[in-house]
Amino acid sequence: MFAVAADRVWKYFGDFPALRGATLEVRAGSCLALLGRNGAGKTTLLRIFANLSKPTKGEIKIHGRTGYLGHGIGVYDDLSAFENLVFFGELQGVANPAKAANEALERVGLGRVKDGMAREFSRGMRQRLAVARAFLHKPEILLLDEPFTSLDDKAIAVLQSLLSDALAQGATIVMSTHQIREAMELATHVAMLERGKIVHAGPRAPEMLSDPAWLYRTYGEIQ
Amino acid sequence: MQGLRSAFAIAKKDLQTELRTKESINAAASFALVILVLFSFAFDLGREELYAISGGLLWLVYSFAGALIVNRGFARELPNDCLEVLMSSPAPAWSIFLGKSVAAFFLLLIVELISLPVFGLFYNIRWLQNFGSLAMVILLATWGITVVGTSFSAVTVNVRLRELMLPVLLYPILIPLLIGAMGTTTALLGGESLGGDNIASLRLLIGFDAIYTALALYLIDFVLIV
Repeated sequence: MFAVAADRVWKYFGDFPALRGATLEVRAGSCLALLGRNGAGKTTLLRIFANLSKPTKGEIKIHGRTGYLGHGIGVYDDLSAFENLVFFGELQGVANPAKAANEALERVGLGRVKDGMAREFSRGMRQRLAVARAFLHKPEILLLDEPFTSLDDKAIAVLQSLLSDALAQGATIVMSTHQIREAMELATHVAMLERGKIVHAGPRAPEMLSDPAWLYRTYGEIQ
Repeated sequence: MQGLRSAFAIAKKDLQTELRTKESINAAASFALVILVLFSFAFDLGREELYAISGGLLWLVYSFAGALIVNRGFARELPNDCLEVLMSSPAPAWSIFLGKSVAAFFLLLIVELISLPVFGLFYNIRWLQNFGSLAMVILLATWGITVVGTSFSAVTVNVRLRELMLPVLLYPILIPLLIGAMGTTTALLGGESLGGDNIASLRLLIGFDAIYTALALYLIDFVLIV
């Protein structure tokens, strides 16, 4: 049973094909690391999965509630941390948004500053608030676009712990990343994009852990 | 039902952040007051001439102030990529649009309620006569301005010169609404009651609101998700 699937998905920006017939199935309960060089189409594919963009051709199937963590932190500077999470809880249809917001803030270590405005937070605190926002509604599918990029150590630890817990509870994770070592610790599957095409998709092999560059050497260039 | 709850949450959030920062409401209210005061000094009009231009002047000021309000509608979501988070949530695009339109509607109403007494004072116009009918015209026309303005706010949100583009797109579409609102307001301020031609103008406002609200709710999906 798959949680996320793309079937021959094409996406054009003007005349440029960012995705060229990308086909991918992500099994429910797995963690897929979406790898590829800059411009390979990782973010475009994730944005399509997150309903932020429509494919020009092809079909997308999503089975479950999604949570999205993109490049921006996606929180309002002029609301407090608590108000931010209550708002997003209401949008996500969470039964008791205030309770969920308090729990999420405690989980990321922001419980004591929950009434502080997001704009007054340090960069690391804002990133943790973004992580809390993405996990607030206990999504069944997590779509993470380069989640470890520019996170501080504490935020990386919080995110890894939340992702491990989510996986243990049966959530599906799709994350694009350039930080292969961090991703490989969590990933059960790996897909490689090259110039808009999926050139490899399958379970994580042991050699990927010991030698992250192996994947790029093996599948990295379209001949 | 979840769509309406999302719309309410978005409207509440927009009002909360705007009343906290006062970014657009201060600009719109100041603009409306300055224009009303300047016009009162600029022209030396007799009483009848004043009443003849009253509706036109009022709605020009309100529509310009409205552009300042609606311009912030979707632009408010740009910092930190909040629009992406809204779009990736289960809230349908129409509920995001509806929430933003409702928030803009109340913000513009506040500006109108602040500037209406100033208008009466500086132009010596008795705006409290026929206030019920005038309030109905104000509510209908304000909704029309905000619903069309919020649509174009979504269209221009990623345009570099959106502050310039929005009025260019907005005002031609608003012409029928403004004609109706200006004519009815002039008549009501002049002491006429609703009836005859005024009823036709009122129907025009209702029709405009219904058509553009339905169109915007239907088309917003194509505007926001590309």
